[in-house]
Amino acid sequence: MLRCRTWLIAFWALLAPLALAAQDTQPPAPYAYTQLDDPALEAQAVQLMASLRCLTCQSQSIADSDAPMAGDMRHQVRARLLAGESPAEIRAWLTERYGDYVSYAPQVNAVTWPLFAVPLGVIGLALLVLVGRLRRKTKGGTAA
Amino acid sequence: MSRIAYLVPLALFAFIAGLGGYLLTQPKDEAIPSQMVAKPLPEFDLPPAGQGLVGVSDGDFVGGEPRLLNLWASWCLPCIAEAPHLASLEQQGAEIIGIAIRDKPEDVAQFLAEHGNPYTRIGADNISGIQFELGSSGLPETYVIDAKGVIRHQHIGDIRAEHVPLLLKRLEAAK
Repeated sequence: MLRCRTWLIAFWALLAPLALAAQDTQPPAPYAYTQLDDPALEAQAVQLMASLRCLTCQSQSIADSDAPMAGDMRHQVRARLLAGESPAEIRAWLTERYGDYVSYAPQVNAVTWPLFAVPLGVIGLALLVLVGRLRRKTKGGTAA
Repeated sequence: MSRIAYLVPLALFAFIAGLGGYLLTQPKDEAIPSQMVAKPLPEFDLPPAGQGLVGVSDGDFVGGEPRLLNLWASWCLPCIAEAPHLASLEQQGAEIIGIAIRDKPEDVAQFLAEHGNPYTRIGADNISGIQFELGSSGLPETYVIDAKGVIRHQHIGDIRAEHVPLLLKRLEAAK
């Protein structure tokens, strides 16, 4: 049993430097993994972080990601909320630098308007067809 | 309705599915360009990244000739590949100011001893704040800053041999 444990320790000791070499060695930023004391502010932070895109792991929000840069971005969000900025101001600060890319909350603008207009158009078209058919049917019904 | 009309939705579906399939085979460009190009450098003031080094602030980019701002780290592997090309830029007269991201003074010193030091100043940023200020999403990245402190160009990824003349041209154009 004792020997087994010694081997296990030796095994982990061998792996440790590999894990250290792969990433930076600095500790995470103060607010990367620490919640704000004010629960209302923390709730705002959580909501905002869930809709901001991680830049190094592009399919995750910064709330979901363990990447050091996502941690640093969470620190920015919490520190700026604490300093009195609103969630909208923080999102604007980031989109000013990264474009709409960084936000998971889609905005209507010159490029994205078809995303919002096309479904409305399709629903309108479907309603027109439906009304036309129902009318034809009721007419046919009264005739018979 | 004629029979052919019934085929229209199927044809539309086949077209969209085909387009989707084609786009899946295309390589995706994952670079996120900064929206800060053509804007002045944001305010910052970073301490030196180690003993004997000089810190960096936005004021250091004002006056004289255009400069390069290089974001790097000792733990970043492409930064090792980039080091000889930064050295060649320095030899050809470019002033390069560096910022080490999430790095330790002893690691910075070891990196400089192994791969050379082409920088006039190296600041330390342990919480990646300068990256968010600049719209940078990875390491290494290099910015051309003109003598008024305005960002003129962003180079994403490591500088390779073929990028050296391009960056020198950008520096010339920023004069």
